[in-house]
Amino acid sequence: MDTTATLRKSFAIQLRVLHALLMRELITRFGRENLGVLWLIGEPMIFTLGVATLWTVSGAHRGSPIPIVAFAVTGYSSVLMWRNSVSHCSCAIEQNRSLLFHRNVRVIDLLLTRAILEIGGATASFAVLSCVFMFLGWMSPPIDTLEVLAGWVMLAWFGSSLALLIGAATAFSELVERLWHPASYLLFPLSGAAFMVAWMPEKLQSFVMVLPMVHGVEILREGWFGDVVQTHYDLGYMATVCLVLSLAGLYLQGEAGLRVEH
Amino acid sequence: MLAVQHVSKTYWTRGGAHRVLHDVSFQLERAQHLGILGRNGAGKSTLLRMLAGAERPTSGRIRRGMSVSWPLAFGGAFQSNLTGLDNLKFVCRVYGVDHRPLIPFVEEFTELGHYLREPVHHYSHGMMTRLAFALSMAIEFDCFLIDEAMVVGDVRFHERCHVELFHKRKDRAFILVTHDANSIKLYCKCASVLHEGRLLPFPSVDEAYDFYLATLKVRPMKVEG
Repeated sequence: MDTTATLRKSFAIQLRVLHALLMRELITRFGRENLGVLWLIGEPMIFTLGVATLWTVSGAHRGSPIPIVAFAVTGYSSVLMWRNSVSHCSCAIEQNRSLLFHRNVRVIDLLLTRAILEIGGATASFAVLSCVFMFLGWMSPPIDTLEVLAGWVMLAWFGSSLALLIGAATAFSELVERLWHPASYLLFPLSGAAFMVAWMPEKLQSFVMVLPMVHGVEILREGWFGDVVQTHYDLGYMATVCLVLSLAGLYLQGEAGLRVEH
Repeated sequence: MLAVQHVSKTYWTRGGAHRVLHDVSFQLERAQHLGILGRNGAGKSTLLRMLAGAERPTSGRIRRGMSVSWPLAFGGAFQSNLTGLDNLKFVCRVYGVDHRPLIPFVEEFTELGHYLREPVHHYSHGMMTRLAFALSMAIEFDCFLIDEAMVVGDVRFHERCHVELFHKRKDRAFILVTHDANSIKLYCKCASVLHEGRLLPFPSVDEAYDFYLATLKVRPMKVEG
């Protein structure tokens, strides 16, 4: 009974701190002027639109059964899930160090806040963009909405666990943040955003499928386009990688807390 | 009750291990006031940060049976593009307090006027200090950690801080850390001296002050009258 009461109290504090940090972050990042919080959706939206336009104009994927806009939206939105959350978490500790003066604010709160914000933003932009494009007739509705959701949840899990791990690692060396930037650029073309695994020569397929996000994008596209596309994925593999990343991230953030708070 | 048990603190620097505090122990009951004297660099702020829970001891334990404030008037956590009011809201959310009833107090105490609703980067140093102190007073704690060096400003502000803290909240516990014995004499019955990493208790403030001066190797100034 006592333990449950303590647990409930801790949980309430956790929620309170996350709420405080989220509100603070929203105002500092987006301000009250102009579109304010809408930029959380606006930023990824402009990116996705730009990429869709570039791909359409360049004529890439001509003759593919998948409409280019739908391909760009599903691809680029998935990239945002892991790229933005990790990028913003990689400077979370450094930028918010002084907040640790409040005893209830912990390293994990700083990291979770940023991950929640980025994943929320990417999700909202994905939802808004696909609704707009479906309304305009540039995109057909998903064949299997539940599978789309499953793919999305997996990508969110991957993004947040990687963000936790890399964000915590930056407490040990700033090299981590420096290396992440080139790594994210190199990972982008390999992440499955701009191709389907089936289009690859077989030798490359097994290489590309080492990357967990590729599986998520394939699930997402199978759900959206159905049998028109041939997909390759292994849900078990992706889940295992995410689980390992989550556990490693949770462990490392604890160590980071000890280090940052000395 | 606040119990500090065999707390040591070592920082790892390029030059090797640097021990700031060594085997510090004391207890503080509700409504008890403790003054801690120490020269610059004696580890006073380090001790306060650990009591607040912002840093952890290298060894030893700190048990908090009452709510303990953050080091008072600490302005380092201000986000410069947030307004003073946003900063109040943030602190209130973290501690689970409704901010609305507190606005009149903060307005009155900080004398910021419409600047309370301006981003903090438009503030002068004095305005920032007043806001930081007001936020510390907005949340009610059982024990306040006061670093005298932080309570700067003009005489008027200084006096108002003292009224808020030592008169309106004299039923709370305090730890007053300073290198000036006068304020300790005013508010504390006993004092300790932080010397070479150890916390040495004294039965009276005068004895603590004499020892403190001896460690500084200066003669006490004679006060006429």
